[in-house]
Amino acid sequence: MALLEVSNLTINLQTHRGRAQAVRDVSFTLERGATLGLIGESGCGKSLTALALMGLLPEHAQVDGSIQLDGQELLGLSERQLCALRGNRMAMVFQEPMSALNPVHSIGRQVAEPLRLHLGMSRAQARARATELLERVGIAQAAQRLDEYPHQFSGGQRQRIMIAMALACGPDLLVADEPTTALDVTVQQRILDLLQELVAEHSMALVLISHDLGVIAQNAEQLLVMYGGTVVESGMTEAVFARRAHPYTRGLFAARPQLHAAEGTVRLPTIAGAVPELVDLPAGCPFAGRCAHTQDECYVERPQPRTLHQPSMAAPASLASWRQPHVARCLYEQVLTAGART
Amino acid sequence: MNEPAETSEAGTSSAILLRVSGLKRAYSRPRTSLWRKPEPLQALRGVSFELQGGQSLGVVGESGSGKSTLARLVMALDRPSEGRVELLGRNLHLLSEQELRAARRDFQMVFQDPYGSLDPRMTVEAIVSEPLGTTHEKLSRPARRQQVLSVLDQVGLRAQDADKYPHEFSGGQRQRIAIARALITRPRLIVADEPVSALDVSVQAQVLNLMQDLQRELGLSYLFISHDLAVVQHVCDQVIVLHQGEVVERGTPRKLFSAPEHPYTQALVKAAPRVI
Repeated sequence: MALLEVSNLTINLQTHRGRAQAVRDVSFTLERGATLGLIGESGCGKSLTALALMGLLPEHAQVDGSIQLDGQELLGLSERQLCALRGNRMAMVFQEPMSALNPVHSIGRQVAEPLRLHLGMSRAQARARATELLERVGIAQAAQRLDEYPHQFSGGQRQRIMIAMALACGPDLLVADEPTTALDVTVQQRILDLLQELVAEHSMALVLISHDLGVIAQNAEQLLVMYGGTVVESGMTEAVFARRAHPYTRGLFAARPQLHAAEGTVRLPTIAGAVPELVDLPAGCPFAGRCAHTQDECYVERPQPRTLHQPSMAAPASLASWRQPHVARCLYEQVLTAGART
Repeated sequence: MNEPAETSEAGTSSAILLRVSGLKRAYSRPRTSLWRKPEPLQALRGVSFELQGGQSLGVVGESGSGKSTLARLVMALDRPSEGRVELLGRNLHLLSEQELRAARRDFQMVFQDPYGSLDPRMTVEAIVSEPLGTTHEKLSRPARRQQVLSVLDQVGLRAQDADKYPHEFSGGQRQRIAIARALITRPRLIVADEPVSALDVSVQAQVLNLMQDLQRELGLSYLFISHDLAVVQHVCDQVIVLHQGEVVERGTPRKLFSAPEHPYTQALVKAAPRVI
């Protein structure tokens, strides 16, 4: 059984313009030691999905479906029960480390907090463990810096401190929402490498959210491409990137300027229009209208997930995540793929 | 002083538009001890480059490398400790306040954050026409409106958008408004500080294409600041790599990113995330 099983997750939000279906029917499974990439543009529902995993959705949100962590259903748990899990069995790293850290507490105290709370450590024990954790994530001279405050650290160091806090109790599931978006590229790579090491070391499951195709390509074995609250394509990263079955996935790839691109590429192919607001999504395929191949049916009929490739069952059972099928939701995927091949 | 050489129209000009030489800027830092002199922070340590009319120069480097200080100095929003910024042959930091105000029509800026850089209480028309108020002789209201409508058209917005407010637009459209505001004075140089890094990938491509189209049509030059090497390679003819306030490497993006020589450039290229 997979560590994390999400099935038919649907989130409705009440907005001033009416009810918006922000996440529609999202399902996936994730094993220990594996990384799932969630990719999409602003408003596609990736952050809401992450918050739903952590039980941190706004109160007015209506949630349906199921989220099971190690067999335990998370939806419907009381706040008290969730508090016992958060920071303990599951933890989250946010995008902006400056606003996620408390500026008036020393970093030693912040890293020690989950240890005292969940593991019942004494002050001295927690302090010693916090030092180890900070050293592990690469804060030099951690013992001397325990009593310093967040503003005395650089952006990359703050993100390392966030990661140390998230790791404190050895969680099974780590959710990282754009963990490196606010950082420089060289720092970004070091943070992502650190996360990969820690995932392997603790056999955690990592949900990595990013809008950057490159970050996902290099760090996640399996991924979900989200658009308008829907998973439009999913599967093993290599398979999805090689085939790019959904027109949105293809558009995302094309629109991104490539380093070392062939000479003479003057204009970037664009996706027409802008990401629609959730309230304005068409009833059928969320990408209808912006897609160059839109047909009348696209506006009406919601495409069902179709399996394009089912990897062989020959892979060892312990690596169940290596057998994620490649799935796309597009009415005309077959026609388009055939067209692209000729 | 020589009159600035009047260069020919749109794009054909290959004369030097912007010349930056030996630019230094030090900021004072708070004292760390009562008995010690405060150490100044050397944000720029002697930066020199030239930018030709109709060309784009990319500036890459990490936060703290001096990119934004450079932009502020080129925009004459700040004074250098040493060195000069010459635009069309005039040293911007020697101009009187009045001359500088008139000179500002030649160089405009586009900022990173399309949400923070537009006043939410002003209509698009007021936002876009604002630079005219300081740099141009008095224009009648219909003439102003006419100019606003023509730049909005250039950046792909509609005439009726002139009466709307910023919150009615998406991030990409707001960045178009910011570009329209920069264009209205018919500038020769646009300093763009991370103009697409706050935008979604699909919208980023639209804005980059627009910037290139405008460059071709109007012969604009861009000083393009970005941390995204792929974007810089796509847009720029030349690149300088800033590291701790110094230019550590320069050249065409293709050469620089395929065979970087300086260890810092090598680290940047290696760290750039790429798809497969």
